[in-house]
Amino acid sequence: MLVIKNLHAEINGKKILKGINLEIKAGEIHAIMGPNGSGKSTLSAVLAGKEDFTVTEGEIYYMGKDISDLNVEERANEGIFLSFQYPVEIPGVSMINFMKTAVNSQRKYKDLPPMSSAEFLKYMREMQDLVGLKSDLASRSVNVGFSGGEKKRNEIFQMAMLKPKLAILDETDSGLDIDALRIVANGVNKLKTPENSVIVITHYQRLLDFIVPDIVHVLYDGRIVKTAGKELALELEAKGYNWIKEEIDN
Amino acid sequence: MKKVLKKYINIYQDLSDDFAKNGNQKVFEYRNEALKKFKQNGIPDKNDENYKYTGIEKIFENDYEYFPDAKQSFVDINEYFKCEIGDMDTHVVLLSNGSYYEKNKPIEDLPEGVIICGLNEAMNKYPEIFDKYYNQHASEINDGFVSLNTMLANDGLFIFIPENTKLNKTIQLINLTHGFGNKSLFKRNLFIIEENSELSLIVCDHTLNNSNNFVVDVTESHIGKKSVFKYYALQNEPKKSSVINNHFITLEEYSKVNSLILSLHGGIIRNNIYAKLSGEYSHVKLYGLGLADNNQIFDNYTFIDHKVPNCKSNELYKNILDDSALTAFAGRIIVRPDAQKTEAFQTNNNISLTSGAKVRTKPQLEIYADDVKCSHGATIGQLDKDALFYLRSRGINAKEARLMLMFAFANDILLEIDVEPLRNRMSDLINSRLRGELPGCSHCLQGCHK
Ligand SMILES: Nc1ncnc2c1ncn2[C@@H]1O[C@H](COP(=O)(O)OP(=O)(O)OP(=O)(O)O)[C@@H](O)[C@H]1O
Ligand SMILES: [Mg+2]
Repeated sequence: MLVIKNLHAEINGKKILKGINLEIKAGEIHAIMGPNGSGKSTLSAVLAGKEDFTVTEGEIYYMGKDISDLNVEERANEGIFLSFQYPVEIPGVSMINFMKTAVNSQRKYKDLPPMSSAEFLKYMREMQDLVGLKSDLASRSVNVGFSGGEKKRNEIFQMAMLKPKLAILDETDSGLDIDALRIVANGVNKLKTPENSVIVITHYQRLLDFIVPDIVHVLYDGRIVKTAGKELALELEAKGYNWIKEEIDN
Repeated sequence: MKKVLKKYINIYQDLSDDFAKNGNQKVFEYRNEALKKFKQNGIPDKNDENYKYTGIEKIFENDYEYFPDAKQSFVDINEYFKCEIGDMDTHVVLLSNGSYYEKNKPIEDLPEGVIICGLNEAMNKYPEIFDKYYNQHASEINDGFVSLNTMLANDGLFIFIPENTKLNKTIQLINLTHGFGNKSLFKRNLFIIEENSELSLIVCDHTLNNSNNFVVDVTESHIGKKSVFKYYALQNEPKKSSVINNHFITLEEYSKVNSLILSLHGGIIRNNIYAKLSGEYSHVKLYGLGLADNNQIFDNYTFIDHKVPNCKSNELYKNILDDSALTAFAGRIIVRPDAQKTEAFQTNNNISLTSGAKVRTKPQLEIYADDVKCSHGATIGQLDKDALFYLRSRGINAKEARLMLMFAFANDILLEIDVEPLRNRMSDLINSRLRGELPGCSHCLQGCHK
């Protein structure tokens, strides 16, 4: 599904990713943990194709192809989805118009006819129920005035609408109350198939009780410095990052 | 400019006998007063602080013919012209090259006492109403273009709504400019709404020729106590046209006015709005939306005069600029010493898609009362990059995402239109304009929008 080789990326001359290696197979769930500022969101943005970042070295293979020439929307249409750590507010663009345009853009990319309004509304309602998003949010402007939790739920709702092959969930758990966490995690699990993969970026073990990872990585200072099974998350929860930092720095 | 001044003075002198003999004497007096003012003040140019950005010099690089009587028309316009606004179930009134079109279909089922006719007809037929309001507000302002209009304008639309009256339909005024040759047109409208009445009006400007046209319009609207006036203007002009549009609005107690000007396309467009809040608890809202590209110039000037206490004014002007377009907004607000408890809010937001486009914005608040709430704000920016990334990250292509954001920016203003078919139609027009697919006048064979 995804192979990242020696990925280096920078912004405005500042080096942030310093040689990332990562391989994710179809159907796997990987968790990426790591201290603040280590480059987790940067890695997500680079995978999604954000042009602000420059890839200076290394390759990203997705579904067997080098995607360095694909722009943001092409990557999305190929099935890469990013759940934003900080979802963007867009006044004046309604959720329904946003999702309709997105769904039909992706259908067009796959040479499918656009969904009719009736079909679309039905589909949208189903997906809203799946993540427990209040239906009145559909008519509101994208993320405007949404609570922190609603914004995160809205990200998973969009994931449900678009059914990506590779979903990157950047701190989708932060800002969610316990019930919401369970609902959102349930949504992610329901969307999970043996064909699609998920990268879960989180600071807390709690989410990983619900979305159980196959592999856990630690990202530190732009590199993946540790990779292990799900027990690593528990260890980090108990001990923090210092022991890893010490290992590295020595 | 001297030459231009002289030219129009000569035109006036040639016509002045005619004006004296035929018609309303009051109007003739106003013409002569305006001539005096015109000679004194001249035509504003770029040295005039108020018209710095309008590009007046550019207007007069062309010569324009003046048509004192353009009533006679080549074909039946009713038959072949359809406005872009489309089928909206309105009462349609046409002005053909500035004159009330003689084949206008009579409007049926008007409530008793309502008058809708040509201004020229009104000045002679209803002087007792006409004289009371004509040139009362407009003469208070010193502006060469307004003087020019007062000198030379001889027709336009007249609407009188008596007290306690509401029309069942919106009136749609279509200003048609057509025929060969560069024209200068001076239209004059007078709208009078008496106490406790309501009028909603859509004004569409359409040009069917590919000539250079220079249009100076003056509209005076008098809104009586507790009355409501909604004014929606759609400016969709070829790039060779120059329009100086003046609207004088007087508000009496508890009256409400909404004015919205949508400038979709044009060469040079200057809109002046003078709103005089002269009755307590009156409320004026002015909105403007401009979509300017190429080297179009859209220049909006508003002057809100809070003369009495407890009035409100809201202004929201927005522009989207591309290429090397220029938009200007100058909003003058005076709060007179008596006008306590005034609320006056002004906002001007601009999105510039290129570095070649220019935005000029200037608030001018003069506040002489102490218990007031006033604010003004202006922004100039690009499309939000994070929002663009967000939309694109869901598979929406960059071009579409940009359109969505531009449309969202514009849409704010459309929410103020409460005639639903008009709102939908305007939103379609804005959409096709942003996509570069605006049909222009469907009958314009010249492709003048290109
Ligand atoms: N636009 C930018 N300009 C300059 N520096 C940036 C920019 N974006 C990110 N950085 C820097 O890159 C580093 C990595 O940031 P990133 O957001 O990827 O961290 P993170 O691992 O997601 O942290 P957190 O856990 O706090 O979300 C930080 O030092 C950050 O300040
Ligand atoms: Mg982050």
